[in-house]
Amino acid sequence: MSITSPAMSDSPAGFAPKKKVRVVSKRRRRVENALIAYSFIAPNFLGFAVFTLGPILFAFALAFMHWDGSNPITFAGLDNFWRLFEDKAFIDALWNTIVFTVVSVPATLACALGLAVLLNQKIFGRDFFRTAMFFPYVASLVAVAVVWNMIFNPEMGPVNMILYTLGIAPENLPGWAADRHWAMVTVILFGIWKSMGYYMVIYLAGLQGINSELYEAAGLDGANAWQKFRHVTLPQLAPTTFFVTVMLTIQSFKVFDQVYMITQGGPGTSTLVLVYHIYNEAFISWDLGYSSMIALVLFFLVLAVTVVQFRRQRED
Amino acid sequence: MRIAGKKISAGTIAVYLTVIVVTIIMLLPFAWMLSASLKLSRDVFAFPIEWIPSQPRWENYLDIWTKIPLALFIYNTSKLTIIVTVLQLLTSSFAAYAFAKLHFPYKNTLFLGYIATIAMPWQVYMVPQFLLMREFGLNNTHLALICLQAFTAFGVFLMRQFYMSIPTELCEAARIDGMNEYQIWAKIMLPLSKPALSTLTIFTFVTTWNDFLGPMIYLTRTELKTIQIGLRMFISQYSAEYGLIMAASVVALIPVLIVFLALQRFFVEGVASSGIKG
Repeated sequence: MSITSPAMSDSPAGFAPKKKVRVVSKRRRRVENALIAYSFIAPNFLGFAVFTLGPILFAFALAFMHWDGSNPITFAGLDNFWRLFEDKAFIDALWNTIVFTVVSVPATLACALGLAVLLNQKIFGRDFFRTAMFFPYVASLVAVAVVWNMIFNPEMGPVNMILYTLGIAPENLPGWAADRHWAMVTVILFGIWKSMGYYMVIYLAGLQGINSELYEAAGLDGANAWQKFRHVTLPQLAPTTFFVTVMLTIQSFKVFDQVYMITQGGPGTSTLVLVYHIYNEAFISWDLGYSSMIALVLFFLVLAVTVVQFRRQRED
Repeated sequence: MRIAGKKISAGTIAVYLTVIVVTIIMLLPFAWMLSASLKLSRDVFAFPIEWIPSQPRWENYLDIWTKIPLALFIYNTSKLTIIVTVLQLLTSSFAAYAFAKLHFPYKNTLFLGYIATIAMPWQVYMVPQFLLMREFGLNNTHLALICLQAFTAFGVFLMRQFYMSIPTELCEAARIDGMNEYQIWAKIMLPLSKPALSTLTIFTFVTTWNDFLGPMIYLTRTELKTIQIGLRMFISQYSAEYGLIMAASVVALIPVLIVFLALQRFFVEGVASSGIKG
């Protein structure tokens, strides 16, 4: 930086040899600049440190403690960890979370990419269509979940009514949220419907960054629409796809709200997911140590998947 | 095929057809919600669906205000959402300026600390956070929710990415003109960052307005509850009053719809320029 700061002209030039003043004021200027920078960061960082960083560190410690929130904390060692293996509900929750993630991540990604490619073309009413696709993402979850439950109501909902008119026998109609085998499907469908518009917007941003000359060159080489998509769009979108995959995976591992609204983890444990189990153990059973241990498992799961995806990204 | 004198290919028709069908699927639940909100509960599930009720029951929209303190819930949620959004925009853009344009010790370490927590699910530390708030005497206060939502790493990251794309020469020139750093932030960076600020506003507004788990954990007293918790309470209390539930749901959707429509033209631009696409 070559600009004179006010600090320099303020220095008491008359009391010391010129050279020394330069050194002192330079150091002073650096300290002042740092202080200014910290003053920019402080408001956010203080809140962030107290309400996010602190609790994160506490969470790691709590996983190795017994605590019900009111009696004194006792050290638990690995008790909470061993308990995981005997906890049937935890194993179900882990499995359900993995199933949810494995199905909904690729499905949402494919829908989002497809829509983005369609809505990146110059078509009539494009802005309206984009807004319409995005709206479920911003809509209140409680409100749309209750509609979803009504529409998919097994006895009276319009979806089953339509399936019935299409000739499916009443006993073969899906029970949706009320049926062990269909509950997860219902939650996954809801998740795709709700979030694909958001990832579509991210893909649209990615598509706008692709140099149009690449398409022209491919066109000169005689590539058809599919070949252009396969050999220009997809490789160019690789960074976006990477970002979307990571975000989607994290979001899927954290799924809670939509399960709470649509199936409440049931029937039985058929849609119990990890965060639901954390919530139950913490705020229903007040077993804070054990719930933190489950949270720790969730954290390492997210971390592991993210690291693997980062590795694969680097290899590509 | 020719429509209005223009040649239209089969591909174009397929594109329009797909887009229209998907749009209908996306919007159908909202149409159903709107239609059901004007019906008697016993008519809601009538089949075939009567999309436009022959005798719309506008009373549903009056009754909901007396069945639950809906106005209070909306007031609480608006208050929380506005405070959180304003704090988030201010503190994030403020911190982001330092990370993007100033030099200071431990800059990278601090920024890494932020980045590392973006991937950390809130659910991992929600329990200790709750205990901490209880220790501060903040459970059953709105302040707790403000504290936990106003200082996110995501906001700082998003703003910083955008500021990185603003040429540093602009700041240098302003310094030569005698502006201090605070003036540069206020008079140069903020006006230039409208797309990023709009993106962050939509994200924060939507997240706070629609937040469910946070208010559910922290707010147990009815007079403090937010619209989402209130709506949920209403649904469990009047589970058979479908018409009323739908009317309340429509009311809960409107504020988000307004903010979204007002800011959405900035949105794709904001996502693109702030680099959250990766």
